[in-house]
Amino acid sequence: MKKIIKYVTGDILRNKIVLVYTAILFIATMSVFSLEDNASKGLLSFLNIVLLIVPLVCMIFSTIYVYNSSEFIELLVSQPLQRKTIWLSLYTGLVASLSFAFIIGAAIPLLVYQPNLLGLMLCLVGVFLSIIFVGIAMLAAVKTRDKAKGIGVVILLWLYFSLLFDGLVLLLLFQFADYPMEKPMIAISALNPIDLGRILIMLQMDIAAMLGYTGAVFKQFFGSAPGIAFASAVLLLWIAIPIYWSLKKFRSKDL
Amino acid sequence: MIIANNVSKQFGKLKALDNVSATCNRGECIALIGPNGSGKTTLIKSILGMVVPDSGFITFQGKNILHNWAYREDIGYMPQTGRYPENMTIGQVLKMMKDIRASKKILDEELVEKFELGSLLHKRMRTLSGGTRQKVSAALAFLFDPAVLILDEPTAGLDPVASEVLKEKIVKEKESGKLVMITSHVLSDLDDLVTQVIFMQDGRLQFLKNIEDLKADTGEEKLAKAIARVMLKSNR
Repeated sequence: MKKIIKYVTGDILRNKIVLVYTAILFIATMSVFSLEDNASKGLLSFLNIVLLIVPLVCMIFSTIYVYNSSEFIELLVSQPLQRKTIWLSLYTGLVASLSFAFIIGAAIPLLVYQPNLLGLMLCLVGVFLSIIFVGIAMLAAVKTRDKAKGIGVVILLWLYFSLLFDGLVLLLLFQFADYPMEKPMIAISALNPIDLGRILIMLQMDIAAMLGYTGAVFKQFFGSAPGIAFASAVLLLWIAIPIYWSLKKFRSKDL
Repeated sequence: MIIANNVSKQFGKLKALDNVSATCNRGECIALIGPNGSGKTTLIKSILGMVVPDSGFITFQGKNILHNWAYREDIGYMPQTGRYPENMTIGQVLKMMKDIRASKKILDEELVEKFELGSLLHKRMRTLSGGTRQKVSAALAFLFDPAVLILDEPTAGLDPVASEVLKEKIVKEKESGKLVMITSHVLSDLDDLVTQVIFMQDGRLQFLKNIEDLKADTGEEKLAKAIARVMLKSNR
């Protein structure tokens, strides 16, 4: 398995997109913090960059990479190798290079400006999102044979997670405005890793006070030890389920 | 050595394999012949585990190959169109395969030498012509000295010299007791190679015959003519 991870990572690094991604993250992080004199404002802009760009790049890059490696995968499948090994190596290679790009490009400069718990949490959320969305992309790629369709599905998924989901939640809130929605909202937030990440970070910031009563309930829940355990468990599930499902698909796929 | 038992596979509406059963033994050189889309490549891919049959099973040296992977240690496969990571050079591909297989056998680099791949090692795969790719595929199939060789259209795209080199190599391996399976549309290439013929049509295995029997049955001396006669008969 190590050998294949080595070849996959080498191949990804030879493809310059990951380097460009690192550079863009680096420039964005540096500019956000040097343009804003207020660190918490800078942090908020940074949060938005992380929540939009990281899932988008991770999903699209991974999907295209999996499709473009179809010949490589075919070659490996005809060799004495387990399909599980091949698929998990591909996953590990993608996760390693994309999280590494995030750590170099965003996490390290961030920790220079914000060497505190909040900065560390933001980095963790970024790495988690990278891992989660590589898994979702691989699931989409293994389920659709056609490359154009696969990329389309991934873009729709990104739209859903970063834009549509918020709209749906708002709609729900308006429809049930007469009922106490604070507690169900905690459960609903678990349905979207991006939202969960946003809530976790926002609650650590001063602006959490502006979230009103819902914010207070969230703070009470996610500020407690069981709340943090719940959030971590949900994020881990978001990592495990897509990759497990895609592995199951890949093991019986015709090449 | 390889036994297929009532193997069926459906792709959408197309029946690619329809109840195919066959037995292949050591020392045989089997030609898989049939019109385009008759299921030859699907059968080969099923043996390699790249395609999972809907029903039926395949055994390799007595073991079911389903979800098994170690048996591929003994197979050298040359695909119809060899597709490799485009950014890698020939040298890197060869090195990677040696690294991945980590075979303890002595490597058989005869084809690498005879195809003069040594002088092309620094070339990237995407810049190669179809023929050179075929040479790489062939060299890789024979490299690990496997007990079974599966060659899908091996001579397509090769120049006459390379084609002869490959044929000589196939004869040599057959005589050393290996099982060779070849698909080809260039039947004249197969004449002095094969001992057995599998004829397939519309996913069904029409017959598996010794070449001498086939020639006697059809009254033809050349494989190409014998097959033409069989195809004409089945169309009638």
